[in-house]
Amino acid sequence: MRSIHVDDIVRTVRDLAIRANTELGEDVLRAFEAALEREESPTGRDILKRLIENAQIARDEKIPMCQDTGFAVVFVDMGQDVHIEGGSLREAIEEGVRQGYRDGYLRKSICHPFTRQNTGDNTPAIIHIDLQPGDHFRLTMAPKGGGSENMSRVTMLTPAVGIQGVKDFVVQRVKESGPNPCPPTIVGVGIGGTFEQAALLAKKALLRPLGSPNPDPELQTLETDWLEAVNRLGIGPQGLGGRITSLAVHIQMMPCHIASLPVAVNIQCHAARHKEASL
Amino acid sequence: MMPDAIVLHTPLSEHDVTSLTIGDRVLLNGVLYTARDAAHKRLVELLQSGGPLPFDLSGQVIYYVGPSPAPPGRPVGAAGPTTSYRMDAYAPMLIRHGLRGMIGKGARNDAVKEAMRQHKAVYFAAIGGAGALTARSILSAEVIAYPELGPEAVRRLEVKNFPVIVANDVHGGDLYEEGVRRYARTA
Repeated sequence: MRSIHVDDIVRTVRDLAIRANTELGEDVLRAFEAALEREESPTGRDILKRLIENAQIARDEKIPMCQDTGFAVVFVDMGQDVHIEGGSLREAIEEGVRQGYRDGYLRKSICHPFTRQNTGDNTPAIIHIDLQPGDHFRLTMAPKGGGSENMSRVTMLTPAVGIQGVKDFVVQRVKESGPNPCPPTIVGVGIGGTFEQAALLAKKALLRPLGSPNPDPELQTLETDWLEAVNRLGIGPQGLGGRITSLAVHIQMMPCHIASLPVAVNIQCHAARHKEASL
Repeated sequence: MMPDAIVLHTPLSEHDVTSLTIGDRVLLNGVLYTARDAAHKRLVELLQSGGPLPFDLSGQVIYYVGPSPAPPGRPVGAAGPTTSYRMDAYAPMLIRHGLRGMIGKGARNDAVKEAMRQHKAVYFAAIGGAGALTARSILSAEVIAYPELGPEAVRRLEVKNFPVIVANDVHGGDLYEEGVRRYARTA
């Protein structure tokens, strides 16, 4: 049995919230550089150069790369031999979010659905806990912006539509989203499971580093094919026309009910933020 | 940066905007007002009830933005555009009352485009997600209405060479449609 004190969790979540919002991952920067090589639209190329410049300014000056510093989505991967000491795990995460969004001058974007009254401290966080054997404890902070989340969808397809039907749904979703989710985007696709599990798979697919292959060769082939289809749409950076609409399509899949074919598309803007830490 | 850009100063005249066409790069100078959905709702309700607005709309440009909080020594934090379609329900009325320009990201609906054509207003695209870079063009920010809305309060921004691209002009041009048409590959 290993003990982790909630104070360490608070501090870690705080730091991850600030770092996620100010330090864009090297994998995303490399993807911008690669996109710049392939983009033919002058406006698109100009936009990609500014996104690289924006990421540098954010990192150097420690200000958020985007004013929408997102809903704080936190993944906890923990071993069942870990004991949380000194208080509640969930409350520690909420407190870390509170402190990070305050101390990092991050925008508080969470409100009541009807009155639109802001909660004032960017809580509650969205917390996904995955309990596995062992004594590891890993936190992933993935702030999610509203513009790209608004363009995401879950659907229950008829099994008969098969791979082509899923592809059509994914490509159509990117097409209809057009400029709204801040292209170039990353397209997270969750296939299988149940209604809510498909959405979670799609979100988790966004956490895989850009440029890393899907461990499943069959899904890797689909990712390459669907990315090409998405980039034929011509939407381009910021939707103003161009070759690079998306930087990647990432798929996660699991078995589903014999009656169902759940599919979720979670679109991620180019500010593809996530930071991880192990305690 | 942007050697071929057109430099404009707010408030914008009818002549300023009629000479613009889609794809033009523009550097805006002077004052911009910020408003998102919640503020738009209130502005439109004020117009409907005949009450005075917190600022005079004529010739002005509204920037769809909810900046992140200003760290010490800075006027604002990150300040890139939010998605514009959420303001489509309100924009035509503001345009009819003299609004000359809007800055946001993403396409507008037909009602907004028609109002822009009829009343000579333009829609500029700023780069979504480039909030740290965009903030460099903002010299000062002052909340002038609805402070209780937090990031959605109406702010008066002083800007210098604020970079935008003309996305919809007064002649009916739409860069979102034409740009995509140019690069789309049919199967």
